[in-house]
Amino acid sequence: MINRLLPLAIFLGLVGLLGFGIYWNTHHEMTEVPSPLIGKPAPAFTLPLLYEPDKTLSGKDLLGKPYLLNVFGSWCPTCQFEHPILTGQIKPLGIKLIGLDWKDEPEDAKRWIAQFGNPYDAVITDRDGRSGIDFGVYMAPETFLIDAEGIVRYKRIGMFTPQNIRDELLPKIAELTGKSAKKATP
Amino acid sequence: MNSRNAPLLPVPCAAGEGAEGGWGRSSVLPPSPLRGPSPASGGRESLASIRSFFLGVCVVVVALVLSSNAFAIDPLPFKDRAEEVRFQKLTKQLRCLVCQNQDLADSDADLAKDLRKQVFDMMQSGKSDTEIKEYLVARYNDFVLYDPPLKPGTWLLWFAPFAFVLVGVFVVARILRARAQQAGGVRPADTESGDDW
Repeated sequence: MINRLLPLAIFLGLVGLLGFGIYWNTHHEMTEVPSPLIGKPAPAFTLPLLYEPDKTLSGKDLLGKPYLLNVFGSWCPTCQFEHPILTGQIKPLGIKLIGLDWKDEPEDAKRWIAQFGNPYDAVITDRDGRSGIDFGVYMAPETFLIDAEGIVRYKRIGMFTPQNIRDELLPKIAELTGKSAKKATP
Repeated sequence: MNSRNAPLLPVPCAAGEGAEGGWGRSSVLPPSPLRGPSPASGGRESLASIRSFFLGVCVVVVALVLSSNAFAIDPLPFKDRAEEVRFQKLTKQLRCLVCQNQDLADSDADLAKDLRKQVFDMMQSGKSDTEIKEYLVARYNDFVLYDPPLKPGTWLLWFAPFAFVLVGVFVVARILRARAQQAGGVRPADTESGDDW
Protein backbone atom coordinates (compact mmCIF):
# COMPACT_ATOMS: atom_id res chain seq x y z
CA MET A 1 0.00 0.00 0.00
CA ILE A 2 2.73 2.41 0.98
CA ASN A 3 4.61 1.48 -2.16
CA ARG A 4 1.57 2.24 -4.27
CA LEU A 5 1.17 5.66 -2.73
CA LEU A 6 4.83 6.55 -3.03
CA PRO A 7 4.66 7.78 -6.67
CA LEU A 8 1.69 9.94 -5.77
CA ALA A 9 3.58 11.35 -2.81
CA ILE A 10 6.62 12.12 -4.97
CA PHE A 11 4.36 13.73 -7.57
CA LEU A 12 2.63 15.87 -4.96
CA GLY A 13 6.03 16.84 -3.59
CA LEU A 14 7.10 17.99 -7.05
CA VAL A 15 3.85 19.90 -7.55
CA GLY A 16 4.45 21.63 -4.22
CA LEU A 17 8.01 22.52 -5.19
CA LEU A 18 7.01 23.93 -8.58
CA GLY A 19 4.06 25.76 -7.05
CA PHE A 20 6.39 27.35 -4.55
CA GLY A 21 8.65 28.37 -7.44
CA ILE A 22 5.75 30.11 -9.18
CA TYR A 23 4.70 31.81 -5.95
CA TRP A 24 8.27 32.96 -5.33
CA ASN A 25 8.70 34.32 -8.86
CA THR A 26 5.50 36.33 -8.73
CA HIS A 27 6.48 37.91 -5.42
CA HIS A 28 10.08 38.71 -6.25
CA GLU A 29 11.68 40.72 -8.98
CA MET A 30 13.96 38.08 -10.43
CA THR A 31 16.16 40.52 -12.31
CA GLU A 32 17.08 42.38 -9.14
CA VAL A 33 20.71 42.02 -8.22
CA PRO A 34 21.06 42.45 -4.45
CA SER A 35 23.61 45.14 -3.72
CA PRO A 36 26.80 44.01 -2.04
CA LEU A 37 27.07 47.54 -0.61
CA ILE A 38 24.39 47.15 2.07
CA GLY A 39 26.06 47.58 5.46
CA LYS A 40 29.22 48.91 3.87
CA PRO A 41 30.46 52.47 3.45
CA ALA A 42 29.02 54.19 0.40
CA PRO A 43 31.60 54.55 -2.37
CA ALA A 44 33.41 57.88 -2.30
CA PHE A 45 32.19 60.39 -4.84
CA THR A 46 32.85 64.02 -5.63
CA LEU A 47 30.57 65.25 -8.36
CA PRO A 48 29.63 68.65 -9.80
CA LEU A 49 26.31 70.18 -8.84
CA LEU A 50 23.81 70.42 -11.66
CA TYR A 51 22.94 74.05 -10.94
CA GLU A 52 26.43 75.17 -9.92
CA PRO A 53 28.78 73.12 -12.11
CA ASP A 54 31.89 74.81 -10.65
CA LYS A 55 31.03 73.48 -7.22
CA THR A 56 31.12 69.84 -6.21
CA LEU A 57 29.38 67.78 -3.59
CA SER A 58 31.09 64.76 -2.06
CA GLY A 59 30.00 61.91 0.15
CA LYS A 60 31.98 63.47 2.98
CA ASP A 61 29.97 66.69 2.75
CA LEU A 62 26.84 64.67 3.42
CA LEU A 63 28.04 62.87 6.57
CA GLY A 64 26.21 63.64 9.78
CA LYS A 65 22.64 63.07 8.66
CA PRO A 66 21.01 60.21 6.82
CA TYR A 67 20.06 60.92 3.22
CA LEU A 68 18.54 59.30 0.17
CA LEU A 69 20.53 59.19 -3.03
CA ASN A 70 18.13 58.87 -5.94
CA VAL A 71 19.71 57.86 -9.25
CA PHE A 72 17.72 59.23 -12.15
CA GLY A 73 18.09 60.47 -15.68
CA SER A 74 16.03 62.58 -18.01
CA TRP A 75 16.17 59.66 -20.49
CA CYS A 76 14.55 57.30 -18.01
CA PRO A 77 10.77 56.90 -18.35
CA THR A 78 10.34 55.10 -15.03
CA CYS A 79 11.98 58.06 -13.29
CA GLN A 80 9.17 60.14 -14.69
CA PHE A 81 6.65 57.75 -13.14
CA GLU A 82 8.53 57.86 -9.87
CA HIS A 83 8.78 61.63 -9.83
CA PRO A 84 5.34 62.41 -8.30
CA ILE A 85 6.05 59.83 -5.59
CA LEU A 86 9.33 61.55 -4.74
CA THR A 87 7.53 64.87 -4.56
CA GLY A 88 4.39 63.68 -2.83
CA GLN A 89 5.61 60.94 -0.49
CA ILE A 90 9.38 61.00 -0.06
CA LYS A 91 9.92 64.72 0.31
CA PRO A 92 7.37 65.05 3.18
CA LEU A 93 9.39 62.46 5.15
CA GLY A 94 11.88 65.22 5.83
CA ILE A 95 14.92 63.16 4.93
CA LYS A 96 17.51 64.83 2.72
CA LEU A 97 17.04 63.79 -0.90
CA ILE A 98 20.01 64.01 -3.24
CA GLY A 99 19.49 63.44 -6.95
CA LEU A 100 22.23 61.73 -8.93
CA ASP A 101 21.73 62.57 -12.58
CA TRP A 102 23.20 59.47 -14.18
CA LYS A 103 24.63 59.27 -17.70
CA ASP A 104 22.76 62.34 -18.77
CA GLU A 105 23.32 65.72 -20.34
CA PRO A 106 23.05 68.50 -17.73
CA GLU A 107 20.90 70.57 -20.10
CA ASP A 108 18.44 67.70 -20.53
CA ALA A 109 18.32 67.15 -16.78
CA LYS A 110 17.62 70.82 -16.13
CA ARG A 111 14.82 70.81 -18.67
CA TRP A 112 13.38 67.62 -17.15
CA ILE A 113 13.41 69.08 -13.63
CA ALA A 114 11.99 72.37 -14.88
CA GLN A 115 9.13 70.46 -16.47
CA PHE A 116 8.24 68.16 -13.58
CA GLY A 117 9.47 70.07 -10.53
CA ASN A 118 12.44 69.65 -8.25
CA PRO A 119 12.01 67.37 -5.25
CA TYR A 120 15.76 67.28 -4.60
CA ASP A 121 17.77 69.12 -1.97
CA ALA A 122 20.72 68.95 -4.34
CA VAL A 123 21.35 67.40 -7.73
CA ILE A 124 24.78 66.09 -8.72
CA THR A 125 25.76 64.99 -12.18
CA ASP A 126 27.53 61.80 -13.15
CA ARG A 127 27.88 62.34 -16.84
CA ASP A 128 30.16 59.43 -17.74
CA GLY A 129 28.49 57.04 -15.29
CA ARG A 130 31.64 56.19 -13.33
CA SER A 131 30.14 56.93 -9.93
CA GLY A 132 27.07 55.00 -10.97
CA ILE A 133 29.29 51.98 -11.59
CA ASP A 134 30.91 52.48 -8.17
CA PHE A 135 27.46 52.35 -6.63
CA GLY A 136 26.59 49.27 -8.64
CA VAL A 137 23.82 51.07 -10.48
CA TYR A 138 22.53 49.14 -13.47
CA MET A 139 19.08 50.58 -13.97
CA ALA A 140 17.37 53.80 -13.20
CA PRO A 141 15.75 54.74 -10.96
CA GLU A 142 17.68 53.31 -8.06
CA THR A 143 17.70 54.79 -4.58
CA PHE A 144 20.18 54.31 -1.74
CA LEU A 145 19.52 55.09 1.91
CA ILE A 146 22.81 56.20 3.45
CA ASP A 147 23.11 56.80 7.17
CA ALA A 148 24.87 59.57 9.11
CA GLU A 149 28.12 57.62 9.12
CA GLY A 150 28.01 57.11 5.38
CA ILE A 151 26.97 53.45 5.52
CA VAL A 152 24.55 52.17 2.87
CA ARG A 153 21.49 50.84 4.71
CA TYR A 154 19.03 50.05 1.98
CA LYS A 155 18.76 50.05 -1.77
CA ARG A 156 15.64 50.24 -3.86
CA ILE A 157 16.04 49.01 -7.42
CA GLY A 158 13.35 50.48 -9.61
CA MET A 159 10.76 53.06 -8.67
CA PHE A 160 9.36 53.63 -5.21
CA THR A 161 5.73 52.73 -4.79
CA PRO A 162 3.50 53.67 -1.84
CA GLN A 163 3.67 50.00 -0.86
CA ASN A 164 7.43 49.65 -0.68
CA ILE A 165 7.81 53.04 0.95
CA ARG A 166 5.52 51.80 3.73
CA ASP A 167 6.94 48.27 3.98
CA GLU A 168 10.64 48.85 3.36
CA LEU A 169 11.77 52.46 3.41
CA LEU A 170 9.89 53.78 6.44
CA PRO A 171 11.07 50.99 8.80
CA LYS A 172 14.65 51.52 7.61
CA ILE A 173 14.46 55.27 8.19
CA ALA A 174 12.84 54.69 11.60
CA GLU A 175 15.76 52.40 12.47
CA LEU A 176 18.23 55.14 11.61
CA THR A 177 16.50 58.02 13.31
CA GLY A 178 15.84 55.85 16.37
CA LYS A 179 19.50 55.01 16.51
CA SER A 180 20.71 58.56 16.04
CA ALA A 181 18.22 59.77 18.67
CA LYS A 182 19.64 57.29 21.16
CA LYS A 183 23.12 58.41 20.31
CA ALA A 184 22.19 62.04 20.76
CA THR A 185 21.00 61.45 24.35
CA PRO A 186 23.76 59.62 26.18
CA MET B 1 2.44 43.83 -10.64
CA ASN B 2 6.03 43.09 -11.43
CA SER B 3 5.86 44.21 -14.97
CA ARG B 4 4.35 47.49 -13.89
CA ASN B 5 6.91 48.13 -11.21
CA ALA B 6 9.83 46.75 -13.08
CA PRO B 7 12.42 49.44 -13.62
CA LEU B 8 12.80 50.33 -17.21
CA LEU B 9 16.07 49.47 -18.77
CA PRO B 10 18.35 52.26 -19.85
CA VAL B 11 18.41 50.87 -23.37
CA PRO B 12 16.46 48.15 -25.07
CA CYS B 13 18.24 44.85 -24.97
CA ALA B 14 19.77 44.35 -28.33
CA ALA B 15 22.53 42.06 -29.29
CA GLY B 16 25.61 43.82 -30.48
CA GLU B 17 27.07 43.10 -33.84
CA GLY B 18 29.47 40.76 -32.16
CA ALA B 19 26.59 38.57 -31.04
CA GLU B 20 25.45 38.04 -34.56
CA GLY B 21 26.66 34.71 -35.81
CA GLY B 22 28.03 33.94 -39.23
CA TRP B 23 24.55 33.09 -40.43
CA GLY B 24 23.28 36.58 -39.90
CA ARG B 25 25.88 37.82 -42.29
CA SER B 26 25.08 35.39 -45.03
CA SER B 27 22.68 37.94 -46.46
CA VAL B 28 25.65 39.79 -47.93
CA LEU B 29 26.48 36.82 -50.11
CA PRO B 30 25.68 37.05 -53.82
CA PRO B 31 22.40 35.55 -54.99
CA SER B 32 22.06 31.85 -55.55
CA PRO B 33 23.63 30.51 -58.77
CA LEU B 34 20.43 28.62 -59.54
CA ARG B 35 18.75 31.89 -60.28
CA GLY B 36 21.80 33.12 -62.13
CA PRO B 37 22.73 31.93 -65.64
CA SER B 38 19.92 30.31 -67.58
CA PRO B 39 20.29 26.59 -68.35
CA ALA B 40 20.31 27.40 -72.04
CA SER B 41 23.64 29.17 -71.83
CA GLY B 42 25.58 25.94 -72.19
CA GLY B 43 26.74 23.32 -69.69
CA ARG B 44 30.43 24.19 -69.66
CA GLU B 45 29.81 27.88 -69.20
CA SER B 46 27.36 27.40 -66.32
CA LEU B 47 29.72 24.90 -64.68
CA ALA B 48 32.48 27.49 -64.79
CA SER B 49 30.22 30.19 -63.42
CA ILE B 50 29.07 27.91 -60.60
CA ARG B 51 32.68 27.12 -59.84
CA SER B 52 33.65 30.77 -59.79
CA PHE B 53 30.61 31.51 -57.66
CA PHE B 54 31.66 28.99 -55.03
CA LEU B 55 35.19 30.32 -55.17
CA GLY B 56 33.72 33.74 -54.49
CA VAL B 57 31.68 32.39 -51.59
CA CYS B 58 34.82 30.84 -50.10
CA VAL B 59 36.70 34.10 -50.41
CA VAL B 60 33.87 36.03 -48.77
CA VAL B 61 33.52 33.50 -45.95
CA VAL B 62 37.26 33.44 -45.28
CA ALA B 63 37.35 37.23 -45.36
CA LEU B 64 34.48 37.42 -42.89
CA VAL B 65 36.12 34.91 -40.57
CA LEU B 66 39.43 36.73 -40.68
CA SER B 67 37.83 40.09 -40.21
CA SER B 68 35.48 38.98 -37.44
CA ASN B 69 37.25 41.32 -35.07
CA ALA B 70 36.32 44.21 -37.30
CA PHE B 71 32.76 43.48 -36.20
CA ALA B 72 33.61 44.05 -32.54
CA ILE B 73 31.06 46.29 -30.90
CA ASP B 74 33.22 49.21 -29.97
CA PRO B 75 36.73 49.23 -31.33
CA LEU B 76 39.15 49.59 -28.43
CA PRO B 77 42.79 50.45 -29.02
CA PHE B 78 44.37 47.11 -28.11
CA LYS B 79 48.12 47.14 -28.29
CA ASP B 80 48.36 43.59 -29.59
CA ARG B 81 46.39 40.51 -30.44
CA ALA B 82 47.12 38.82 -27.09
CA GLU B 83 45.58 41.70 -25.19
CA GLU B 84 42.51 41.60 -27.37
CA VAL B 85 42.12 37.85 -26.85
CA ARG B 86 42.46 38.36 -23.09
CA PHE B 87 39.82 41.10 -23.18
CA GLN B 88 37.41 38.96 -25.18
CA LYS B 89 37.94 35.98 -22.89
CA LEU B 90 37.41 38.08 -19.77
CA THR B 91 34.29 39.87 -20.98
CA LYS B 92 32.81 36.51 -22.02
CA GLN B 93 32.94 35.47 -18.35
CA LEU B 94 31.13 38.57 -17.15
CA ARG B 95 27.41 39.11 -17.21
CA CYS B 96 25.71 42.18 -18.54
CA LEU B 97 23.56 43.57 -15.73
CA VAL B 98 21.00 45.04 -18.08
CA CYS B 99 20.43 42.15 -20.46
CA GLN B 100 21.00 39.55 -17.84
CA ASN B 101 21.33 36.56 -20.12
CA GLN B 102 24.01 38.14 -22.22
CA ASP B 103 27.66 38.36 -21.45
CA LEU B 104 29.48 41.64 -21.38
CA ALA B 105 31.25 40.90 -24.65
CA ASP B 106 28.01 40.48 -26.57
CA SER B 107 25.73 43.05 -25.05
CA ASP B 108 24.94 46.29 -26.78
CA ALA B 109 23.43 47.87 -23.68
CA ASP B 110 24.83 51.26 -22.82
CA LEU B 111 25.97 50.13 -19.39
CA ALA B 112 27.75 47.15 -20.95
CA LYS B 113 29.73 49.58 -23.13
CA ASP B 114 30.73 51.53 -20.03
CA LEU B 115 31.72 48.36 -18.22
CA ARG B 116 33.73 47.13 -21.21
CA LYS B 117 35.51 50.46 -21.23
CA GLN B 118 36.14 50.09 -17.49
CA VAL B 119 37.52 46.57 -17.96
CA PHE B 120 39.73 47.83 -20.78
CA ASP B 121 41.02 50.76 -18.72
CA MET B 122 41.79 48.47 -15.82
CA MET B 123 43.68 46.13 -18.14
CA GLN B 124 45.68 49.11 -19.38
CA SER B 125 46.60 50.05 -15.83
CA GLY B 126 48.01 46.57 -15.30
CA LYS B 127 45.21 44.99 -13.26
CA SER B 128 44.95 41.21 -13.34
CA ASP B 129 41.80 39.36 -14.42
CA THR B 130 41.16 38.47 -10.78
CA GLU B 131 41.42 42.09 -9.70
CA ILE B 132 39.04 43.19 -12.42
CA LYS B 133 36.54 40.52 -11.41
CA GLU B 134 36.86 41.52 -7.75
CA TYR B 135 36.23 45.14 -8.71
CA LEU B 136 32.99 44.21 -10.44
CA VAL B 137 31.87 41.75 -7.77
CA ALA B 138 32.36 44.45 -5.11
CA ARG B 139 29.85 46.58 -7.01
CA TYR B 140 27.47 44.17 -8.67
CA ASN B 141 27.70 41.00 -6.61
CA ASP B 142 28.75 37.50 -7.67
CA PHE B 143 25.92 37.77 -10.16
CA VAL B 144 28.30 39.41 -12.66
CA LEU B 145 30.29 36.19 -12.85
CA TYR B 146 28.91 33.54 -15.13
CA ASP B 147 30.87 30.96 -13.16
CA PRO B 148 29.64 31.18 -9.56
CA PRO B 149 32.43 30.90 -6.97
CA LEU B 150 32.50 27.96 -4.58
CA LYS B 151 31.67 29.25 -1.11
CA PRO B 152 29.25 28.33 1.70
CA GLY B 153 26.43 30.32 0.09
CA THR B 154 26.73 28.40 -3.17
CA TRP B 155 27.30 24.91 -1.76
CA LEU B 156 23.71 23.99 -2.47
CA LEU B 157 24.13 25.10 -6.06
CA TRP B 158 27.33 23.17 -6.57
CA PHE B 159 26.65 20.00 -4.60
CA ALA B 160 22.88 19.47 -4.82
CA PRO B 161 23.19 17.71 -8.21
CA PHE B 162 25.66 15.23 -6.74
CA ALA B 163 23.40 14.74 -3.73
CA PHE B 164 20.49 13.98 -6.05
CA VAL B 165 22.61 11.44 -7.95
CA LEU B 166 23.60 9.79 -4.66
CA VAL B 167 19.97 9.59 -3.57
CA GLY B 168 19.08 8.10 -6.94
CA VAL B 169 21.86 5.50 -6.70
CA PHE B 170 20.69 4.60 -3.21
CA VAL B 171 17.07 4.16 -4.32
CA VAL B 172 18.01 2.10 -7.37
CA ALA B 173 20.31 -0.07 -5.27
CA ARG B 174 17.50 -0.74 -2.82
CA ILE B 175 15.05 -1.66 -5.53
CA LEU B 176 17.55 -3.94 -7.20
CA ARG B 177 18.37 -5.64 -3.94
CA ALA B 178 14.71 -6.16 -3.18
CA ARG B 179 14.15 -7.67 -6.61
CA ALA B 180 17.18 -9.92 -6.30
CA GLN B 181 15.85 -11.22 -2.98
CA GLN B 182 12.45 -11.81 -4.52
CA ALA B 183 13.84 -13.59 -7.52
CA GLY B 184 16.01 -15.74 -5.26
CA GLY B 185 13.55 -16.92 -2.65
CA VAL B 186 10.00 -16.29 -3.79
CA ARG B 187 7.83 -17.75 -6.52
CA PRO B 188 7.18 -15.53 -9.58
CA ALA B 189 3.45 -15.28 -8.75
CA ASP B 190 4.34 -13.29 -5.63
CA THR B 191 5.74 -10.37 -7.59
CA GLU B 192 2.19 -9.06 -7.85
CA SER B 193 2.21 -8.44 -4.14
CA GLY B 194 2.42 -4.69 -4.44
CA ASP B 195 5.58 -3.04 -5.68
CA ASP B 196 5.08 -3.70 -9.35
CA TRP B 197 5.00 -0.06 -10.28
